[in-house]
Amino acid sequence: MSEKALDVGPVQLTRVTPVIRARTIRLNRTLLTGLGLLGIVVLVAIAAPLLTPYDPIAQQFTDSFLPPFSPGHILGTDNFGRDIWSRIAYSTRLDLQIGLLSVLFPFIFGGLIGIATGYLGGKLDTLLMRVVDVLMAFPFLILVIAIMSILGPGLTNLYIAVGVVGWIPYARITRGETLATRHLEYVLAARTIGCSSGRIMLRHILPNVIAPALIYVFTGMVLAILTGATLSFLGLGPQPPTPEWGAMIAEGRQFLLLAWWMTTLPGLALLVVGVALSLIGDGLAENRGG
Amino acid sequence: MGRAAYIRRRLILMAFVLFGVTVVIFGMVRILPGDPAFLILGDRATDQKAAELREQLGLNRPFLEQYWMFVSGFAHGDMGKSLLYRQPVGDLVLTRVPITLALAGYAMGLAAIITLTFGIVAAVNKGRWPDQLIRIGFLFALTTPNFWFGILLILLFGLTLHWFPVAGFGETLPQHVWYLFLPALTLALQLSAVLIRNLRGQIIQTLRSDYVRTAHAKGLSERLILLRHVLRNALLSTVTIFGLQFGFLVGGAIVIETVFALPGTGQLLIQSITARDYPVVQAITVVSAVLVIVVNLVVDLSYSFLDPRVTYE
Repeated sequence: MSEKALDVGPVQLTRVTPVIRARTIRLNRTLLTGLGLLGIVVLVAIAAPLLTPYDPIAQQFTDSFLPPFSPGHILGTDNFGRDIWSRIAYSTRLDLQIGLLSVLFPFIFGGLIGIATGYLGGKLDTLLMRVVDVLMAFPFLILVIAIMSILGPGLTNLYIAVGVVGWIPYARITRGETLATRHLEYVLAARTIGCSSGRIMLRHILPNVIAPALIYVFTGMVLAILTGATLSFLGLGPQPPTPEWGAMIAEGRQFLLLAWWMTTLPGLALLVVGVALSLIGDGLAENRGG
Repeated sequence: MGRAAYIRRRLILMAFVLFGVTVVIFGMVRILPGDPAFLILGDRATDQKAAELREQLGLNRPFLEQYWMFVSGFAHGDMGKSLLYRQPVGDLVLTRVPITLALAGYAMGLAAIITLTFGIVAAVNKGRWPDQLIRIGFLFALTTPNFWFGILLILLFGLTLHWFPVAGFGETLPQHVWYLFLPALTLALQLSAVLIRNLRGQIIQTLRSDYVRTAHAKGLSERLILLRHVLRNALLSTVTIFGLQFGFLVGGAIVIETVFALPGTGQLLIQSITARDYPVVQAITVVSAVLVIVVNLVVDLSYSFLDPRVTYE
């Protein structure tokens, strides 16, 4: 257990659990490709104002429906004459933020809940499993849409809606790992020398069970970004004129034959981010599985 | 535990989950701050209108009585009245459900064909180019936003090549099959992406087992070994995942229906949200959850018939 435990965990945790030695992450081809792609995407997000010559929401009706590779507009313009490249680049910021924030709190919450129920067991564990059973009965997207319909459209509500079910995979993963860990010698040893349950869970079990949950974070981010884009495609996400890939695809639908680039290009951007994150997740899993 | 005891336990669990689902949906409007009547009518509604709505929805009665009305209403097929259409929600939703189910079923059928074909090809060619190509191709399918892919299919096969209609679902059965092909394909490709990974892994694992070596030693043909011996065992876990993806499929169908202008539950749901027609949103959420619960139960039970070795813990 100890050798495979800390592939991707936070490094400082190795100090307090000397049994585990942090192994450097081996860079396989899948992981490298994913990291490279994501690096480019992050760069675009950070440097968006420098890379784009136009304001993403500035309308210029004389320039509407320009095809890609038009002078001054490398990816063309939309029905309002807004520069597509500028809109895609600025939207990168928003969509990465959606991916990060919709995963962060569910990861922390789900991870801790999974460890607690896995280690403590009993009624708490049964309760968790029943709550999971109930929430899993809803088709994910329908539940998210229903919650958004009550809370109203907007980013914060999107995080809440995705978070209501988003914590479940992390809880399941860490719970399973904790169940496999709780009878190992080092946990028994910690208990024997009188460590409190809280200390055992946070200092001894957590560093050993967190890696698979961290790997799932990348799948979770893909799912969150796709969900965010879907909701904004349906008009429930960030409101216009905010550039967001899903909303851009929806706007372009009416002009499908006239300006195919309006729908096609934002979708490609979504695809690139999704593939990058999936490759990183796969690469890390390969690393772990050997 | 025997099969009968297992089924009994599964049914008890299902009853509990159904109870939980109704509590969640019932609680959803009421737990939030603010008056549900104004939530539905908008802030500018008059007090009198709000009072009328509260009366109509039973919001002015005690909490437990409200819940009882809600649950017993559902049990009798009475899901309240649509605020937008002014007709019973039950009729409104139930006429739409078959379209969504047909789309989901069609997609499952296509996904089964795609998964079997590519899963076997990938596993047999493990590590070689067909395997790599399939892996990369379906990695894309997994991360492609399905509504976007649907629009691209419309653009290519509908508007440009004119092979398929771009909206609606036709009148007769052959027309349904033709009209629903693109939307079903959109959903099927994404579903297959999940399944192919699993099937490929299972086949590769099964190919290494002792009884397959025995079959080789007996001199059986590759084809026979693969289809009769390997696939039957490899498919068990894939079939389970297939069933568990039903919820995902129903969610996907909701979005795809709006892309292909299919008059199913999805279109109704989106419309109801815009119109704040809360009783309809509630009903669709309950109906879809019940469908998922039933399908999962059927999958679990059929699993025990597919694989006699299954033990029930």
